Amino acid sequence: MIADPNQVAAGPTRPIDRRFPPVAELATVSLALVVVGGVLMASYVPRRPPLGVPGAIAAVSAALVLASVFLLSRLDRFAWDRFFLAFRWGLLAYVISAGMIAFAFIRDHTRGAPLALVLGMLVIFALDVPLIIAFTVARYATPTE
Amino acid sequence: MTDVGRLPAGTLDAAPGPPRPQIQVVPLRGLPIVAAVVAFVIASIAGNWLWALVFCHVVGGALWTAIDLFVGLIVGPILGRLSIPARAEFSARFMPKMVLLMPTLVLMTLAAGFQLALREGNLAPTSPNHVWLIVSFCVVGVMAVIALGVLEPANIAVLVEMRKPAPDGEVIARLMRRFLVTAGITGVMQVATLIIMTRVATQ
Repeated sequence: MIADPNQVAAGPTRPIDRRFPPVAELATVSLALVVVGGVLMASYVPRRPPLGVPGAIAAVSAALVLASVFLLSRLDRFAWDRFFLAFRWGLLAYVISAGMIAFAFIRDHTRGAPLALVLGMLVIFALDVPLIIAFTVARYATPTE
Repeated sequence: MTDVGRLPAGTLDAAPGPPRPQIQVVPLRGLPIVAAVVAFVIASIAGNWLWALVFCHVVGGALWTAIDLFVGLIVGPILGRLSIPARAEFSARFMPKMVLLMPTLVLMTLAAGFQLALREGNLAPTSPNHVWLIVSFCVVGVMAVIALGVLEPANIAVLVEMRKPAPDGEVIARLMRRFLVTAGITGVMQVATLIIMTRVATQ
């Protein structure tokens, strides 16, 4: 059940007692889908993989991360300073991580549509993890006025 | 860790004992080491350098599996029986190191392992190792989702909570329950990895 974000504003004072929409849960499912898509793609290396199923998985994963961001954007009285601090550093770490994976695929001559799909999945991956970390940190922080 | 769910708010602050240590979420002194390891892995992949790929994969994988099992099966249960201040002090010193160590080991193992499998032809559909490697991808996938989607956010959130002047014990307990819930799955996955990798190495 998705909690009404406005309930957050009117909720109890301790951050742990607040109810939040399933931002981290959606992003985790999105991450899991990207991992499944990545495993599917990797299982065909060095052959050219069929792109239908991984493409559909990536599309659903992207939709989930967008839904997660949408729910997050509707939050009132949220510790945004904590969120963006954790998100920035997480993004830096996971862009490096995703960059290394992209490098391995490019190094192994993945080209064209399969490479574009892999890069799309890596973008989702590099957004998902910092989003989950930053939300988990910020949800337990007291918002500054 | 059977009683972690019962820590009341402000327990850490109120508990007697030595003053809480200053917590650095990401130990900055470790970053140059991480950068050196990442550079070494990139060079190994770019050069398709057999010894370096085997080194990164075997050393990274051995440390990853050993640390995961040791922490999950040995350290975790001991930690659960310590007093709350002792648990907090241990976690404050231990968890920042894990924030840097585990992602580095995972990156080192997986990136080098994938390149090694390609180089040795183990990913070719005709290879007897092909199916085993696909199974290992699935095992790693499960561990990646648990590590990145569940444990790492909890680890960092615990550290951030412990930096507060009055950490909320209930928040820390709730977050640390994730480690308990997932320890069994991670343990099974690591044992599966050991079976798969020894099988691949001996086919």
